Amino acid sequence: MTKPKVFEKPTGVKDYLPHAVAKLRRIERSVLECMRLWGYEQIITPALEYYDTVGMASSTSDQKLFKLLDRRGTSIVLRSDMTAPIARVVGSLLKDEAFPIRLSYHGNVFRAFEEEGGRDSEFYQTGVELVGDASPEADAEMIALAVASLKAAGVPAFKIAMGHVGFLNGLFEETLPGLVGEQETLKACLLQRDHVGYRDAIRKLSLDAAWKRELEDILRLRGGQEVCAQALELSSNEGARAAIRHLCDVWDVLEAYGIQEHVLIDLTMIGDFSYYTGMTFEGYASHLGFPVCSGGRYDNLLSQFGRPAHATGFALKTTRILEVVEDAAEERERTLVAYEGPQRQAALAKANRLREQGEIVVTALVSASELEELRASHQEGHASGSGISYRGRTYEKLVSFEDGKDDLA
Amino acid sequence: MTDSGTLKVAMPKGRIYKQASKLFRQAGLPIPEDFDDSRKLIIPVPEANMEFIMAKPVDVPTYVEYGVADIGIVGKDVLMEENKDVYELLDLGIAKCRMSVIGLPDWKPVIHPRVATKYANVASQYFREQGQQVEVIKLNGSIELAPLIGLADRIVDMVETGQTLKENGLVEMETLFQVTSRLIANRVSYRLKNSAIQELCDRLGAIIGAPV
Repeated sequence: MTKPKVFEKPTGVKDYLPHAVAKLRRIERSVLECMRLWGYEQIITPALEYYDTVGMASSTSDQKLFKLLDRRGTSIVLRSDMTAPIARVVGSLLKDEAFPIRLSYHGNVFRAFEEEGGRDSEFYQTGVELVGDASPEADAEMIALAVASLKAAGVPAFKIAMGHVGFLNGLFEETLPGLVGEQETLKACLLQRDHVGYRDAIRKLSLDAAWKRELEDILRLRGGQEVCAQALELSSNEGARAAIRHLCDVWDVLEAYGIQEHVLIDLTMIGDFSYYTGMTFEGYASHLGFPVCSGGRYDNLLSQFGRPAHATGFALKTTRILEVVEDAAEERERTLVAYEGPQRQAALAKANRLREQGEIVVTALVSASELEELRASHQEGHASGSGISYRGRTYEKLVSFEDGKDDLA
Repeated sequence: MTDSGTLKVAMPKGRIYKQASKLFRQAGLPIPEDFDDSRKLIIPVPEANMEFIMAKPVDVPTYVEYGVADIGIVGKDVLMEENKDVYELLDLGIAKCRMSVIGLPDWKPVIHPRVATKYANVASQYFREQGQQVEVIKLNGSIELAPLIGLADRIVDMVETGQTLKENGLVEMETLFQVTSRLIANRVSYRLKNSAIQELCDRLGAIIGAPV
């Protein structure tokens, strides 16, 4: 590659200018506050982790990890999600804390993506982990809190799709007992959202027609609670049935929360099989081509950090939400405190008093003639409501200090 | 993506479009015939609550992945090459052809094999799976020229009838995969506009006799 030009940044990273930051902070604050009110306490973990611990445990594939070496030659990764670091903390610093543990976070994570596809290499996530609770209540709490968080963030319209990895695992084991390769093929097709490939793979199986039809029919298993009943008829495999019964229980809790209108069940909606162990879900907002949140149950992760435990969680893709929510309300008024040299002390004291009252104040040392101009512009601006212009920026209020005179606000 | 329920459909201009629009008409979607030769880029069809976006075929998966089109029609060749994160819902069975390795009839293994193609990713992956390390040369058209003038010893390209090959004295050596056009959908649209997309799938599926 040629030498970068001075304005260039590495692929996939972004600057956030004041306007965007204001919006991002607002989303972050409202979402974290929402999570706090649900009993989740925020933690901060480092951006750097060991490759052999958090790097290996994370759900991110190896080639998407940013790796570097520390001075001793140990492999380090930039964290690719917050879940594995939090599992590390729960297994070590918080190892004496009683379950369930409720934690929230907001942080930047890093993934080495292709240039395209609307995917950043560094992006912000706001999320929670609920460790030490295997109940349907806990899974439903994740969805309910995701719904509350999306609302708090100001996402206007959204849907959550919910699935369960246990259903497909059980159904495939029942229809294709012991045929691991064939099962993997079918799962890979669904994971890649390749329904054509999935149907082709089924057609090639030596199965009786009724089973084939059932395997094809799961592509249509989408909707509300009725999907659970249909799925129970499909499979007599105990794992699959247990998964469906669990989803039914989750649905009951969601009804009690009164949020079932936001949720649909889709049994082909599956996450990474090697990572997720139970219910999984994804959230979608109109006007955005990519999911805005995702989560699910990962009961195997904590054992890698020495404290086996059930766990579930989700993350909002905060940087994507930025694109769908309305702009923040008008910025608060700004005051310009302008003074001539001898009045510095009085002017700066006044500025601080105003700041203590919550006003945004900028101070400026000006000449006598500039002060005249400012006052004239103030009179004019007052009449027309256009504010005062000083060095290319607009101020709503002027407080001026002229030599030998007092505050002439 | 829009909330109004209008389904945005990315249509490939050119070869596939005629067959695809015919299929849509057979499925009872009122696409006026004169659109086939229109030069407009965005064609609203309010009767069907749809909007057609006329795109270069290779760009269709990109529009759909970003969600600026809810669904799209695209050849399997492009899907394999572009590798975008989209739902592949239906094999439309139109624009049938195959992806093949092509060379001169007297081809013999060479020391430094070179393969010219429009489908650089597809070709690289195929030869890796075959355990062959080849130099892939990306070309943008008239791929058949490459072996004739010595740029490459083989090419990877789409074959429909084989007529072009025959006229240029080339032969098909291996077939990578069969190619037909596919109906694809954006990840979010597939959930948020599911009933409209499923209905379209069902209608098209009924015409082409494929289970959906």
